[in-house]
Amino acid sequence: MASTIAADQSTRRDFLYIATGAVAAVGVAGAAWPLIDQMNPSASVLALSSTEIDISSIQEGQQIVAMWQSKPVFIRKRTAKEIAEAKAVPVASLPDPLARNANLPDSAPATDANREIKPEWLVVVGICTHLGCIPLFGEGDYGGYLCPCHGSQYDTAGRIRRGPAPQNLPIPPYAFEGATKIKIG
Amino acid sequence: MRTALRLGLSLAFAAALAGSAVAATVMGEAQAPKDVSFSFEGPFGTYDRAALQRGFQVYNEVCKNCHSLNLVSFAALTEPGGPEFTDAEAKAIAASYQIPADPNKQGQTYDDKGNRLTRPGILADHFPPPFPNEEAARATFNGALPPDLSVIVKAREGGPQYVYSILTGFGQNPPKGFTVVDGKYFNPYFAGWNISMPPPLADGAVTYTDGTKATLDQEAHDVVTFLTWAAEPKMEQRKRLGFEVLVFLTVLAGLLYLSYRRVWKDAH
Amino acid sequence: MSGPSTYTPSNGFTRWLDSRLPLLRFMNDTMVTFPTPRNLNVWYTFGGILTFCLAVQIVTGVVLAMHFTPTAAGAFDSVENIMRDVNYGWLIRYVHANGASMFFLAVYIHMFRGLYYGSYKAPREVLWILGVIIYLLMMATAFFGYVLPWGQMSFWGATVITNLFSSLDQVVPHMGTAIAHWLWGGFAVGDPTLNRFFSLHYLLPFVIAAVVGLHIWALHVPGNNNPLGIDVKGPQDTLPFHPYYTVKDAFYMVLFAMLFAVLVFYAPNFVGNPDNYTPANPLATPAHIVPEWYLLPYYAMLRAVPQKLLGVLVLFGAIATLVFIPWLDTSKVRSLRYRPMLKPFFWVLFFDCILLGYLGSQEPQATTNVFGLELSDLLLARIGAIYYYAFFWICLPVIGLIEKPKPLPQSIAQAVLGSHAAAAAE
Repeated sequence: MASTIAADQSTRRDFLYIATGAVAAVGVAGAAWPLIDQMNPSASVLALSSTEIDISSIQEGQQIVAMWQSKPVFIRKRTAKEIAEAKAVPVASLPDPLARNANLPDSAPATDANREIKPEWLVVVGICTHLGCIPLFGEGDYGGYLCPCHGSQYDTAGRIRRGPAPQNLPIPPYAFEGATKIKIG
Repeated sequence: MRTALRLGLSLAFAAALAGSAVAATVMGEAQAPKDVSFSFEGPFGTYDRAALQRGFQVYNEVCKNCHSLNLVSFAALTEPGGPEFTDAEAKAIAASYQIPADPNKQGQTYDDKGNRLTRPGILADHFPPPFPNEEAARATFNGALPPDLSVIVKAREGGPQYVYSILTGFGQNPPKGFTVVDGKYFNPYFAGWNISMPPPLADGAVTYTDGTKATLDQEAHDVVTFLTWAAEPKMEQRKRLGFEVLVFLTVLAGLLYLSYRRVWKDAH
Repeated sequence: MSGPSTYTPSNGFTRWLDSRLPLLRFMNDTMVTFPTPRNLNVWYTFGGILTFCLAVQIVTGVVLAMHFTPTAAGAFDSVENIMRDVNYGWLIRYVHANGASMFFLAVYIHMFRGLYYGSYKAPREVLWILGVIIYLLMMATAFFGYVLPWGQMSFWGATVITNLFSSLDQVVPHMGTAIAHWLWGGFAVGDPTLNRFFSLHYLLPFVIAAVVGLHIWALHVPGNNNPLGIDVKGPQDTLPFHPYYTVKDAFYMVLFAMLFAVLVFYAPNFVGNPDNYTPANPLATPAHIVPEWYLLPYYAMLRAVPQKLLGVLVLFGAIATLVFIPWLDTSKVRSLRYRPMLKPFFWVLFFDCILLGYLGSQEPQATTNVFGLELSDLLLARIGAIYYYAFFWICLPVIGLIEKPKPLPQSIAQAVLGSHAAAAAE
């Protein structure tokens, strides 16, 4: 009898201590969150998340580099030949079969049509998906881009064809505003 | 609330010292602000959304002609806890302001007449000041500088009540023997009673888009609500989180008290 | 009192570690088994609360430094950016700003507790002096921190305090001015001043943390004083620190955190000054300059003296006096519970400090009505300052010699448990 009471009390005591400790732990975790979240992009940085670019002066076969969210974005006016080359590539032969297009669902295949909104305009974030260097325009075996750091080669649709980079160059969310402007973000 | 606490504190001191001196009316000494109440007072007070939007209209049509609002971004107008304009409304507001432009293709920031090149505002921009610099503002206003209004409510003793009293304190006759300086206006809520700002608001100074009758009191009340939000945009979030934190700490304190009693039971 | 270590490593790894770095043994001996008088009351929980305050200030401060710009052109706006755009920036900044006030509230309670129970007396003189050093470092840190938002009070507070040093011109011509220029990095408070104050504001808390380490070390050699002020005579007088005092400290720490939370969430600008929401303007001094509340008593003493150098000496002397207390007190008895003659003087000192704080917050020419008499604040501040000095330099030594203390209890155990239980415990 006496031992039952003792056992009873010790369970209740243990429960009280465990509950106290658990609630205190929740408090510490809750207090930690603001200290972690403060390092995320602030509201003023997020407010700068879209930019408008005038594309009227870009010649066929040329590109300009715009800045969007502190990242370079290639806006390239492709030639008919470049478009045809890009269209001819079977998706199955690509190292990365996904379109990586923020304007399409994640599962969209990397066909050339899925890589542009208008066929002559290629808009990609110009950061090599390997380790973040900026690929060079018009170089490499595929006529698209060559990354100077580790030799990744991209085609004229910005898709990875050879080298260590694992993914196609990502396409940012963008839309045409009239005939001469692109709004990125 | 803050005023009440301060008052409480002073009263406590006064009681300790058996009554402090009663302030006699001294020429030029600012009157105590009017005791007007606002929806955002108290531990659960929130901003009246409609008043914030009307208050913005008052700032946008009246105050902005002289006063900057440098610290407030157009994007903030859409944030929860504020006027909560829609994205489209805020973008339209932003576009109605001209922002100093970045250098154009030729690297110029001024046109050939020396005027600053501008572009329409976007959400990321802050409210642009009405004057390019302090000197331009002073030159316009006879040497006086209209203060920035971003944190004016927190920067004045008396807070919202003070700003409200200033806005509604014009139009009284100065007491005998007090001379209003030429080019200034009599306002007994302002220290020294001579204020450089002409009466900014009056009945019908704006026509409210939501149909509210634009009396002087209504306009002042609305714009003070807006300016309080401008100074303290996270107030609603702060009070809500504060309530949660206090409930949590109460639970933790209760558990710790029981643990404390249990641990110490056999120590006495 | 700490005695031989009772730590026994429980497994292979802790045995291995113990013979190389006895860290766990150290933690066990100082935070678990440490014998602590069994009669410590609520006022003894403030040591733990102060550690909590220091940790909060360092953590929030490191985070704020990630967003702060220490330039005259950028400081005010960067603080407002923290308040408006940084995620939870408003919370972190309000915790840090109000944390300073909570820190000083706790340290003043801690100091008055030490005075009341005679915790400064032998063998704890070094412990007390380390505490005074921490207090001085806290004041310096708080002052540097108050300058950083670069509002009107920041700027003019910095100007007034740094100009205290120019009073040394009256000792050696030009020396004070030279020191002031050296502090400013210019001919007035400006960009270089702000930048170096930021650097020092970041550095000093870590110095405080180091001195707190020494303070705790110096506490653990003689062990805690206690409300009876008598020595621990054996194990029956003590309890292990854990769980008895860990749980007690934790409970009161949470109560303290609740008060802290009320301030942060419901009156975040109550202890602040509205003028500090106006950006610094070197061309216009605000109508009424006041330091933060925790420095007001010293400010009142400074203003009580009409001569510049003398005022500065009275101010710094008031702090320096604290160092000498262990030797100014001539009594053999520690706790004021058994010192009927000194006790009323202690309470007068307590209210004297509050009176000086009040006077420091008033305008220089103000008067206060005391029992129907209109007295100038200047006169009251002089009386207050004189009493402050008189308490330490006259009351402590003289009363210690002439006072007849009440009889002390035999032991802590006897006083707490009653003589029978104490005998049983032995």
